[in-house]
Amino acid sequence: MDIIQRRRFAVVRAACAFAALLAVSAAAHAQSVLRLVPQSDLKILDTVQTTNNITSNHGYMIYDTLFALDSKFVPKPQMVDTYAKSADGLTWSFKLRPGLKFHDGQPVTSKDVVASVLRFAKRIPAGVTMMQFTKEIVATGPDTFEIRLAKPFGLVLETLAGPENPLFITREADATGDPNTAITTAVGSGPFIFVRDEWVPGSKVVYRRNPDYKPRADAPDGFAGGKLAKVDRVEWLVIPDANTAVQALIKGEVDIIEIPQTDLLPLIRKDPNISVKVIDRVGTQAIYRMNHLIPPFNNAKARQALLYATGDQKDYLASMIGYGEYERPCWAVFVCGTPFETQAGVGDWAKGDKRANIEKAKQLLKEAGYKGEKVVILDPVEAHLAHAQAVVTAQKLREIGMAVDLQAIDWGTQSARRQIKDPPDKNPGAWNIFHTWGGGLAMNSPLSNTPTPSACDGKNWFGWPCDEELEKIRLEFPLAAPDKQKEIVERLQKRFYEVVPYIPAGQFLTPIAYRKSLSGILDTPRLVLWNIEKK
Amino acid sequence: MLAFLIRRALAAVPVIAVVTVFVFALLHLAPGDPAAIIAGDLATAEDIANIRAKLGLDRPLLVQFFTWVVQLLHGDLGKSIFSAHPVTQLIGQRLEPTLSLTLTTLVISIVIAVPLGVVAAWRAGSWIDRGVMGFAVFGFSVPGFVIGYVLIWLFAIELDWLPVQGYTPLAKGFLPWLANIILPSATLACAYMALIARITRAATLETLSQDYIRTAQAKGLATRDVLMGHALRNAAVPIVTVIGIGVALLIGGVVVTESVFAIPGLGRLTVDAILRRDYPVIQGIILVFSGAYVLVNLIVDLLYTVLDPRIRY
Repeated sequence: MDIIQRRRFAVVRAACAFAALLAVSAAAHAQSVLRLVPQSDLKILDTVQTTNNITSNHGYMIYDTLFALDSKFVPKPQMVDTYAKSADGLTWSFKLRPGLKFHDGQPVTSKDVVASVLRFAKRIPAGVTMMQFTKEIVATGPDTFEIRLAKPFGLVLETLAGPENPLFITREADATGDPNTAITTAVGSGPFIFVRDEWVPGSKVVYRRNPDYKPRADAPDGFAGGKLAKVDRVEWLVIPDANTAVQALIKGEVDIIEIPQTDLLPLIRKDPNISVKVIDRVGTQAIYRMNHLIPPFNNAKARQALLYATGDQKDYLASMIGYGEYERPCWAVFVCGTPFETQAGVGDWAKGDKRANIEKAKQLLKEAGYKGEKVVILDPVEAHLAHAQAVVTAQKLREIGMAVDLQAIDWGTQSARRQIKDPPDKNPGAWNIFHTWGGGLAMNSPLSNTPTPSACDGKNWFGWPCDEELEKIRLEFPLAAPDKQKEIVERLQKRFYEVVPYIPAGQFLTPIAYRKSLSGILDTPRLVLWNIEKK
Repeated sequence: MLAFLIRRALAAVPVIAVVTVFVFALLHLAPGDPAAIIAGDLATAEDIANIRAKLGLDRPLLVQFFTWVVQLLHGDLGKSIFSAHPVTQLIGQRLEPTLSLTLTTLVISIVIAVPLGVVAAWRAGSWIDRGVMGFAVFGFSVPGFVIGYVLIWLFAIELDWLPVQGYTPLAKGFLPWLANIILPSATLACAYMALIARITRAATLETLSQDYIRTAQAKGLATRDVLMGHALRNAAVPIVTVIGIGVALLIGGVVVTESVFAIPGLGRLTVDAILRRDYPVIQGIILVFSGAYVLVNLIVDLLYTVLDPRIRY
């Protein structure tokens, strides 16, 4: 080998070494990116201003909670290190875990916590209820605070750990002020950091791993335990077309679809690289609500007639879901599969004898003095679940002889029109029935089930049911010892089916679909993205 | 010409003003309440009323309108009620994908449909003519989303040549940009090509029956020169007119195409804003669209003078 050849060889070796170095370096810096098609678009960042699920899901990414429910729905400390209850049960003392930091580098202090709890308690129903029993919430040190109750309240930890509209801890500066003014910052202390510069509303939301996050040492269990972010970056890609989302999953352009359309599940299941799994074992309760202020549903007999008209919930579930294994007919007001499931007060309508149900419904309508008034059913056609229910309700009401006016609108119009209390002769926007649904973990407690409160002050949820007895039983619930709560729920449900504040139309599960290259997806009622690894 | 341009620019002002008033009135008189949507499904009426007051939506309509107009005169389109992003920023984020989609569609449509229309006219009654017209009927009849699904299935899933969805900005490279934009453009171009091919055929057919065409042929001009230099040039005015009118068709078409291919463009922004009653965003987009439409019409008018020297302003 002459000198020139040796030099050339040396140059080639150096180039190879450099290339190898680059490759190693690139591999070392290759980011793991988890791409998710979320259930809807993230538009609002403030988890207190809105009760929309997508905003709560955003909260789970960037914020942390004081307590969290484990897989058995037991509240477990999360940001809290230690806590104690005084002998009289009126003072709860908490100490925060050391080392908690916001994404801006500032430590999480008890002042941040107190401000966050107070803001939460002005808007979110569970917090509002807790505050009715609370004298004050005070910071007692840099990392300690107390909740001082005015009277016993048995659900302090359940309120702090509520999973549907969770109490997320924000900076004091963000949490102080009017809760109706939206927080537009997104600085939490959770496992992921919101990348604002890359946020394109309606298209893309980006998060990166929080390198300073200190997870709990215990293993993840439900929403509780260590929140280990195992991917460097998460992208929520809003794909409005369900078919396109599925094709993108099949092609590997996305890793998870949070709620795939059920009629596309056969196509998804054909792909050996994709899994379909139900992580929310409680599911969702579909309901329809009547306007209790105007005829005909200002009469309890007419509302009872609807129970018999509804009869077999399978019709609703088939229309909404159309996939037997995810449908759960259920007349338990506080949701089947939870500790408060009961058959108390459930009558003959649930037996599913259609002919007998129709006859009984007609008889009840007669007793209610129904005179053929037009029943306006709001039908938000672009909201599939509500639309499917509305169409079924319209048919069932026609079968019992009611004059139905099924009005096709959009969801935005329904949101506005259901606020109208006036009768049809005073307001053309008047309504009689609208349809919606609620997450099982919100509907499963008299405290957080929004449509049940029936105080006669007209300030309760749209439809404004009024029954002081029902409300009296409901308010016994938070005062009761845990072993007495089930008995209260049974009495509550019996009264519920006498006065019928709303009609449960069935319970359903929604699976997620994900590529098998992912592992560590937790069985939580909401899809959370910590603990997930991507090969 | 300059005077014409100034006149047209000034004439656009009342057009946009009327559009603005009309859209504002339509939006606010239609049922819907952004405060209720913000508050969420389980919010109470009191929560909604508080949010409405914070957003200023409880003020009289005229006050809201004049507040918005004053903002507009300061060059401020306001902020999204939901995300609190400035409307100009939201539109700016979405402009490139929509421009890419519409311009690519225009180029594909014109490059393919105009020659097809000319050839169909030249060979009127032949199998070529029937083939082109058959394609036109297909393009008009099949909904855009169906064409989109078929193209996704064929080119993204079966052949694995192109991505299913998304958009890559041009700044990140021409080929990645092209890979994302080609299927949506082809989808959107189907109906547009059908329109242009039909009108080109009709206009060219009429021109081909004129005496000067016969004269040109008698003088021994090559067929290509007769078709392109004489027939097409004289048929160009109605073709350009239809292309201009078709831009409105494109603006409608991008809504569906952007949804099918998950392109973050103005079409999707419009639909999202309408469904949520995000008034400032809707008003801002309508202003942009109406301005764009006025501009396209102006360009078409100017093209007339280039294509037909007899037309003067």
